[in-house]
Amino acid sequence: MKKMIQHGLAIVDSPYDEDGKKRTLVNKLLLGLTPSQYLLQAFRNPFNWILAAIFAIGIPVLIGRFIFGLAWATSGSNDYPWGLFLGFGLFAMVPLSSSGFQLGTACEIFGRHDLEPIERLALLNGLLGYFFAVMYLLADLGQPWRLPYPMVVSFGPAAVLFLVAWHVATYLSVQVAEVSTAFFEWIGFPAGKRGIRKITLGLTVSGIILSTLHQGALGALFTYAPGKVHPLWYSSSFQWLHFFVSSLPGGLCMVITVSTIAAKTMAWRGDTRFREKLDKVTVSLAKGACMGIATYITIKLIAIAHDNKWAYLDTGWGQWFMFEIIVGFMLPLTLMTYGVHTRKMAMVRMGAFMTVFGVVLNRVNTAMITFNWKLPHREIPPWREVIISLTIFATYIVVYRFILYRLPILFKWRQQEQEETVPEAVPAPALGRREASRVPVASYSSMTKLD
Amino acid sequence: MKRRNFLKACLIGGTTIALGKTNKGWASGSFEGYPEAMGVLVDTTRCIGCRSCEAACNKEQKLPEPDTSFDDPAVFEHERRPTSKAYTVVNRYQKEQPSGPVYRKVQCNHCNEPACLTSCFVNAYTKTKEGAVIYNSKICVGCRNCMIACPFNVPGYDYDSATNPIVKKCILCYDTRLKYGKPPACVEICPQEALTFGHRADLIKLAHERIRATPERYVDHVYGEKEVGGTSWLYLAPVGFDKLGFDTTLSNDPIISNVKDFLGMVPMVLSIWPALFSGIHLLCKNQEHDGHGHDTDSNQEDTKP
Repeated sequence: MKKMIQHGLAIVDSPYDEDGKKRTLVNKLLLGLTPSQYLLQAFRNPFNWILAAIFAIGIPVLIGRFIFGLAWATSGSNDYPWGLFLGFGLFAMVPLSSSGFQLGTACEIFGRHDLEPIERLALLNGLLGYFFAVMYLLADLGQPWRLPYPMVVSFGPAAVLFLVAWHVATYLSVQVAEVSTAFFEWIGFPAGKRGIRKITLGLTVSGIILSTLHQGALGALFTYAPGKVHPLWYSSSFQWLHFFVSSLPGGLCMVITVSTIAAKTMAWRGDTRFREKLDKVTVSLAKGACMGIATYITIKLIAIAHDNKWAYLDTGWGQWFMFEIIVGFMLPLTLMTYGVHTRKMAMVRMGAFMTVFGVVLNRVNTAMITFNWKLPHREIPPWREVIISLTIFATYIVVYRFILYRLPILFKWRQQEQEETVPEAVPAPALGRREASRVPVASYSSMTKLD
Repeated sequence: MKRRNFLKACLIGGTTIALGKTNKGWASGSFEGYPEAMGVLVDTTRCIGCRSCEAACNKEQKLPEPDTSFDDPAVFEHERRPTSKAYTVVNRYQKEQPSGPVYRKVQCNHCNEPACLTSCFVNAYTKTKEGAVIYNSKICVGCRNCMIACPFNVPGYDYDSATNPIVKKCILCYDTRLKYGKPPACVEICPQEALTFGHRADLIKLAHERIRATPERYVDHVYGEKEVGGTSWLYLAPVGFDKLGFDTTLSNDPIISNVKDFLGMVPMVLSIWPALFSGIHLLCKNQEHDGHGHDTDSNQEDTKP
């Protein structure tokens, strides 16, 4: 893409091309390139070849999982019923997707409009993270076609998973609505965007509620297995808080990570606002993440003190726990704090990567590595399970990239002066401020419907 | 504007409290088990490891042929657990002891307040009044949370099936026997009378009676009387239960009591958060306008009580 832009290609960032003609949908989909140009740039990208290799092996294996059953694809263990699909796919993807509700809250509730250049990326990150967590879930469920059963056929309201199912389903629709403003701009449907803007506050508040509850609920799921999760990763009173609080820096750091990758690999896509504000916004996010990590480390230590589990620290499991908490949380906290104070962005970003690693490691530890710590054997996921997990993750990256290339996430959608209503021509991120001076609350009906 | 927001918060709070109640519902109170619940007392001092209970279970539940015959003593070399192909297994412990090995039959213990039941999001499990914990394969989605939750590692999953995998575990022969007042197949076949079928309440008395009559034969504990809220299967043992592969670290509270902290918090979040964050939003909004120094009349109104 870089070369093509140098050769005079105009990137798609408005409904009209350089000659003032309205762009067609195909034209927008092909990024303003001709089909042959598009294929050329796709083939030229070495990363696409890696993806192609993953899909070439992964897709047949994924299909095989549905033909030959879980025993063929996974370890199929009775002692470790949740393998990589859930241990990594669900439990790690969801906390990294808490960014949507956090940035939504910061921009729409707290009025932090300076964070708007990254708000849409955070919302998209949330939506895709949840969506692919559900994809992992579908790969893991014994009978995925029965996924809607807890909503329609039979209810188990005393179960934490019931709550997770309902909340994730509701929250997914909330996130679709939140991200759809970008889609409506791109497709050219201002009425839809106006509709969503009216209920933004309602959507955001329900986002906070649903996120608090199901991020916590994922932790609470493990309180069903008090003897199986290692005591250092378990706390019957605080488990849900551990998961909820660690999801906060997890989501923020994931946005830093993704924005860093996007700024490096698709610099052409971000507009000047994004490029100029990115460092400043990253610092703000890192500050928030630091508060989150500090709180998380504190409540983690409180939990150990609360149940007097200090003795476990002196075991092999204890060392592994120390590794997780030091490399995944304490070190990044130090790096980010130092980076924020000295404005050393590389350090801040490094800290964010490590936090993402720490959160993922924490979830994988809780769900898989330290699970059944009393049993003599540990479960190593077989290669097909790894391949499928990798394939779904590669799909996640492809979809992520596809959307970032096209929808106005990293850039503002330029509306031309032809637009009849001037206020609506102002691109979305500025709307938050304008809305604040207009009608600060959503209508009753839209709010109640969402809850 | 303020009143409007207040009304909105009340409305949401009200509906969500009602909604939250259903989430908590069954998680409150303690359940001691149905009064007429049946159970089985396993006297491990009597068991000789003949595995005829395994064979009887296999036949009664129409399970697939085992890999080796039920006479094969080689299976005792490794500790086994119930699977989708064997609802009950017998393990051998203490084989180096001069008093001879001790055998322990493992199967679903049919808890009074089963973790599998409370963790199931489609309510596929039922605790019948006869004491059996049965399972409805028609609605099971296959999340396997019950297997995570079971403190005894009992449920097995049919991983081999691609089209209709289901959870499989001992159902106390509910469909074919218990419903008609008959003892489960394993109890009926036991040649040593190591298994005693009866009302759970009577079995507890019987177990304590045996301990009282021959205290040198047993450790003074009935496993399953109180563990995780009590189970329908009860065990007597000649040595410490931890030496026979029993988890002796289990609490006397049912598993669900661990989860109640969280479940109790749910309606609170549902009702407090909307008002809290809408309120913060109003606060932030006014602050912003003060800071920018271009307050409008309508905003001034908001700050007035």
